[in-house]
Amino acid sequence: MSPMLEVRDLVVSYGKIKAVKGISFSVDEGEVVSLIGTNGAGKTTTLRTISGLLRPTSGSIRFQGKRIDSVAAHEIVTLGLAHSPEGRRIFPRLTVEQNLLLGAFARRDNDVRTDLQAAYDLFPILGERKSQAAGTFSGGEQQMLAMGRAMMSRPKLLMLDEPSMGLSPLMMKTVMSTVTTLQEQGTTILLVEQNAQAALKRATKGYVLEVGQIVLSGSGRELLESDDVRKAYLGED
Amino acid sequence: MSTHDDLTPTNDLPGVDAPAPVRETDRPAYDDDHERTPLLERFPGRGSAAAWPLGLLGVALLVGGTFLSWSYTSNVLGDLSVDFYPNGVQICMIILGLVALVMLLAHQGPLHRLGDWLDTAAAVRILGLGALAYMVITLGIIAVRSGGLINVNPGGWVSTVGALLIALSGLMLVSHQSKDPLFAQTSSWVEIITIVVLLAAVLFGATYALGTSTGGAFSLFLVFAFALAWGLAKAGFFTWVGLIAQKNRQVLMLGAFAVAFLFPFTQGGSDENMSIATQVLIFAATALGLNIVVGLAGLLDLGYIAFLGAGAYVGATMSNSAFATIGWKPPFLVVVLIGACFSAVLGLIIGSPTLRVSGDYLAIVTLAFGEIFRFTMGNLDGTNGPDLTNGPNGIPAIPELNFFGFDFGQPHEILGITIGRFANYYFLLLVIAAIIILVFTRLNNSRIGRGWVAIREDEKAAEAMGVNVFGLKLFAFAGGAFLAGMAGTVKAHHDVSVSPDQYIFLESAFLLAAVVLGGMGTVAGVLIGATILKLLPEKLRFINDYRLMIFGLVLVLMMRFRPEGLVASQRRKLEFHEDDEDLAERIEEVHLEEEEAKA
Repeated sequence: MSPMLEVRDLVVSYGKIKAVKGISFSVDEGEVVSLIGTNGAGKTTTLRTISGLLRPTSGSIRFQGKRIDSVAAHEIVTLGLAHSPEGRRIFPRLTVEQNLLLGAFARRDNDVRTDLQAAYDLFPILGERKSQAAGTFSGGEQQMLAMGRAMMSRPKLLMLDEPSMGLSPLMMKTVMSTVTTLQEQGTTILLVEQNAQAALKRATKGYVLEVGQIVLSGSGRELLESDDVRKAYLGED
Repeated sequence: MSTHDDLTPTNDLPGVDAPAPVRETDRPAYDDDHERTPLLERFPGRGSAAAWPLGLLGVALLVGGTFLSWSYTSNVLGDLSVDFYPNGVQICMIILGLVALVMLLAHQGPLHRLGDWLDTAAAVRILGLGALAYMVITLGIIAVRSGGLINVNPGGWVSTVGALLIALSGLMLVSHQSKDPLFAQTSSWVEIITIVVLLAAVLFGATYALGTSTGGAFSLFLVFAFALAWGLAKAGFFTWVGLIAQKNRQVLMLGAFAVAFLFPFTQGGSDENMSIATQVLIFAATALGLNIVVGLAGLLDLGYIAFLGAGAYVGATMSNSAFATIGWKPPFLVVVLIGACFSAVLGLIIGSPTLRVSGDYLAIVTLAFGEIFRFTMGNLDGTNGPDLTNGPNGIPAIPELNFFGFDFGQPHEILGITIGRFANYYFLLLVIAAIIILVFTRLNNSRIGRGWVAIREDEKAAEAMGVNVFGLKLFAFAGGAFLAGMAGTVKAHHDVSVSPDQYIFLESAFLLAAVVLGGMGTVAGVLIGATILKLLPEKLRFINDYRLMIFGLVLVLMMRFRPEGLVASQRRKLEFHEDDEDLAERIEEVHLEEEEAKA
């Protein structure tokens, strides 16, 4: 079976600077795949290119067998690929519910209410505060909202860009366990993280990115146990 | 003391006691550091029992004075010299007095329960101060016109003292408002009657204001209207009106349209005011189109007048004017469509390269486009290019419209009332305005409208949500141009001629000012803004030289004190007052109530 998402020899440049220098990886259905790496490794650029917000210089991106590297961003969402962007990017002056409904913008069916309830079941706090302006939320709550919003488009593949950023350890635990829940519910997940420990623990597969190139790959467990990863990302020697 | 800040929202029905509001004195001491006692609360005699009877006395004097002669000479502000025959200037004071009376009776007396919902003290205060200002200006005008205060008759003095007493009373009263009018639950017939009464008041007010013969009387009407509106707004009345307007939107829309439709019948066939009214309507319709671009999609367009001009030029060149250069003369309805489409195509041409970049670039490009349009129209005279527009002289002598034998240039009799030339155009423009309003509200409440909200809030996030950012922006831009083009074709016939100098940048600036002043993204606000901006220079000829300065000043003050515009939805307000947690909470409460009502 061909992978759900297949990135091959992807090169992305900002002007003359190459941010991603020919990476290849794949995500199979039902997997949680983690891309880890330090600041400036090209993780966010990769995600933004997959979701169509940036255009690759060369290389190809296939989603469910279809090439999407020249498809418009708003059409990629309708194909079933959701992107929860870096820094969460919720709409601060809109209510929780309006935020969630905008997540379902690309859909044209009438089942949105059911999924709204599903989002409230996943994150009860969203249901309790559905009429509150999202900007008044704490960082963790905003992250829940961002994930709930991304799920509103009923994605087959959910891309999360640093969901743990700026969260307390407790809140991070909640958010990360949601990743597992979503996987169990049948969503494939591509997770970008700086927090290697948290990301790899849950990953079926992992890739380590360094200055635009993949330097290591393997199962989550393999990477966690690898000396290089332990030295570079887990602060052990 | 009970101010707006410490209202406790309750869901109680009127008459059921609400929990006592938090009072200023109950607050911890450290609050005093940044919340010093307002000047108002140090007013001598504040809270005294004398305040209320003082107010009643003031109302009696103010209203009583209007039945006496105000002026010795009979040629000032209409005729103020007749006893027991109040004219318009005096009737304004009667109305203001009666509203103050209602507020006083709500404060204490038969309408006591109403006072739980309204900030009566603030209302009486503003109404009194407004009346006082009104009287002082009136007496000033009498003194200047007829040579000295000696010409003021006793009635004028009596009313002035009355106004002063009301103001004092208002300053001394302490209101007992304990509930937020936002949570008032009223029966629907009360709501509908209120809407009808308000609309009737608008019709009468507009008729009176347009009928005033002197700049002085018109200015006084403005003072009156401003005092009344501000007083009622302070009381919290308009919070409730906004609520019921939302609930009874259809009634309001139909009612407003009926009022606008009835207006020409009050003019008795006179074209004088109708020509102003049609200009206001053209301006308002165009501003509403701009509101889609600016208010809904959040795109700053500084050359919008060019789209109106494009429509007007299409209308002119395809008319039967001797200077029209296009031989093809389709029926007018076809011309309207062609003009609208031509504008929309221009919008697409300008929009498609520039809408990919954000904000400021678009403003600059549209600004330049407006100028390019004007120069192009001035140069297509056969010397520098094809002869299309007759150059700087424009296309004169555009014939009147004629729909199936109905000649717009001739007066017609309808039900015994004469409808003049401008009234004919007024009705046509009303239809155009109605179409634009319909398109506006439909779009606002649609999926497209939600997409625009997302774009306004965060373009990048919107894109990640699957919003076709570029497509929706282009749609707003071209759609706005389409509507302006439509209005432009009618404008050409209404104006009889088109020339490039009608479409200068200043006009675009005024359109934008109307949108910002009235309230971006609202229909009512932009209608009010457009009316104010077009009507004032017409009626107040003497400020014409200074109107740019005055409007500039007003806009600066608006941005400081009410950035959301004259009319704004609660949610829109939040966009400008993000850190106002009370407001956010109130909005949340209302939203929850609506949800419960739905369930």
